[in-house]
Amino acid sequence: MTLPLAIFSSFTGAFDFILHPREAVTGGGVQVGGPEYVWHFARTQLEVTVIALALSLAIALPIGLVLGHLGKGEVLAVGFGNAGRAVPEIVVILLLAAVIGIGLRNVAIALMILGLPPILTNTYVALRQVDPTAVDAARGTGMNGAQVITRVELPLAAPTIMSGVRTSAINIFATATIASFVGLSTLGDLVTGRNVYGDDGVVAGAIVIALLAMAIELALAGVQRLVTPRGLKLQRMRQGA
Amino acid sequence: MSKNHRLRALFAILAAAALAVGIAACGGDNDNESGTTESAGLIQKNPDNSGVQVTVGSKNFTEEYILGQIYAQGLEAAGYDVSTKLNLGSETIALKALKDGEISGYPEYTSTALGSFFQVPADEIPSDAQEAYTQVKAELEKEGLTAFPPTPFADSNAVGTLTTTAQKNGLTTISDLKGKSQDMVLAGSPECRERIDCLAGLEKNYGLQFKKFTPVDIGLRYTVLDKGDAQLSIVFTSDAQLANSKKYTVLEDDKGLIPAGNVIFITSKKVADEAGPDFAKVIGQVQQNLTLPVIRELNARVDIDKEEPAKVAHDYLKSSGLIQ
Repeated sequence: MTLPLAIFSSFTGAFDFILHPREAVTGGGVQVGGPEYVWHFARTQLEVTVIALALSLAIALPIGLVLGHLGKGEVLAVGFGNAGRAVPEIVVILLLAAVIGIGLRNVAIALMILGLPPILTNTYVALRQVDPTAVDAARGTGMNGAQVITRVELPLAAPTIMSGVRTSAINIFATATIASFVGLSTLGDLVTGRNVYGDDGVVAGAIVIALLAMAIELALAGVQRLVTPRGLKLQRMRQGA
Repeated sequence: MSKNHRLRALFAILAAAALAVGIAACGGDNDNESGTTESAGLIQKNPDNSGVQVTVGSKNFTEEYILGQIYAQGLEAAGYDVSTKLNLGSETIALKALKDGEISGYPEYTSTALGSFFQVPADEIPSDAQEAYTQVKAELEKEGLTAFPPTPFADSNAVGTLTTTAQKNGLTTISDLKGKSQDMVLAGSPECRERIDCLAGLEKNYGLQFKKFTPVDIGLRYTVLDKGDAQLSIVFTSDAQLANSKKYTVLEDDKGLIPAGNVIFITSKKVADEAGPDFAKVIGQVQQNLTLPVIRELNARVDIDKEEPAKVAHDYLKSSGLIQ
């Protein structure tokens, strides 16, 4: 009985923090909270997410395409991919802080590393799963390797690749929260700043992170629909029916 | 080599302190108010104390481990039946453990107690140790708790910089930053930004502007200076890195912006009553020599030389002449 009530009251306080500026818990007339204040942190977090995701794509997609097309390097694409997921991100970020210093560059590289495995693994697997008869047919019409990749394999593999991109994007965005410890003011400032922002600020930060993560997921799901070839959609509909 | 050097320096300091204390010392108990002098000397074992169970707690970082050990070993020397719980996490957890009777007491910072337990805004926390102590004690009494007088040293936030940077820009106080800080990056914990006793206060009370504020994990507070990511960094006055080192300079808080971070041993009235007069006396005795250079040295032996807090505490008590 009291638990739902407590959750409800902490949510109303958090929304109040998002909507209206107030004095910091530590006093001194310092104003915190309000839409612009919260957006400032959210924007930084979104920016570094976009940069890191772009870097991940630029590296993992070509490698995955080539390896998948050749059918070689499964150990690298899948094994490395899975091992990569096991490395705690905070370790990567702090290690990089000691090597290349703090700030956007550090965070972008660390998050890029986090984003590689899902894209690499999914791209490789997606290409291996492309119907071999379609590839044979393409070769039969005289396409060369590059043409087979870009015109046949990539479109057919696109939905699976996109689901890897979605996973990467969510991982990167959620993890960018800890960038607050290495020089970037993301929403992690709110989540870790209970002494200053109070419980309302902590919950507000968590709510905004969750909402933005869902927004990213929805937006990329839309992209995934767009890049799915009509033929595949029809095929799936038929299988579903 | 450097370790021996530091050890020798420590013993020299402690010996000098012990000597000075031997001449004109006062215990932490009521005696010092009546003006009688008393040797810091050996903690006397009192048979009355045997069978009195005392559990000393501490939070979970180096300085607290060392302090917890110092109190525990001192109380043991006085004949108490001592056990320890030296890994309690944050102050909220430690306070709960004290209220629940899981521990008999633990070392806390005046500034943390006032700010975290009693929500005193940071700009209203006294930067004078005695004032802060009086205020905390009054608040604690309302909850059936009490605290003993503060340590000589204060572990407070401070603005640190490389000594080379300080010399180049002629910096000894925070006020000296006026006209120079706009070209400098300040690093601090994320919450420093809005704290009136941190960035917000440096801007408002000192009228300073910085090129940029960079939020970092407190574990990186010296790394950012070393790597040149920031010219100024929020450090703690009792940091191991400041022990016998000329590498870093701490700027003096000439406007009294930063609250007092002296350590007080918090306990409950019930525990204090049951433990008898030796309890307060021993706590006063073991704290007497805990000045800033001494605590930095003790922190350095654990953080940098990787010695055990228990051993470091034992050495401190021994060289202070408190135990044999």
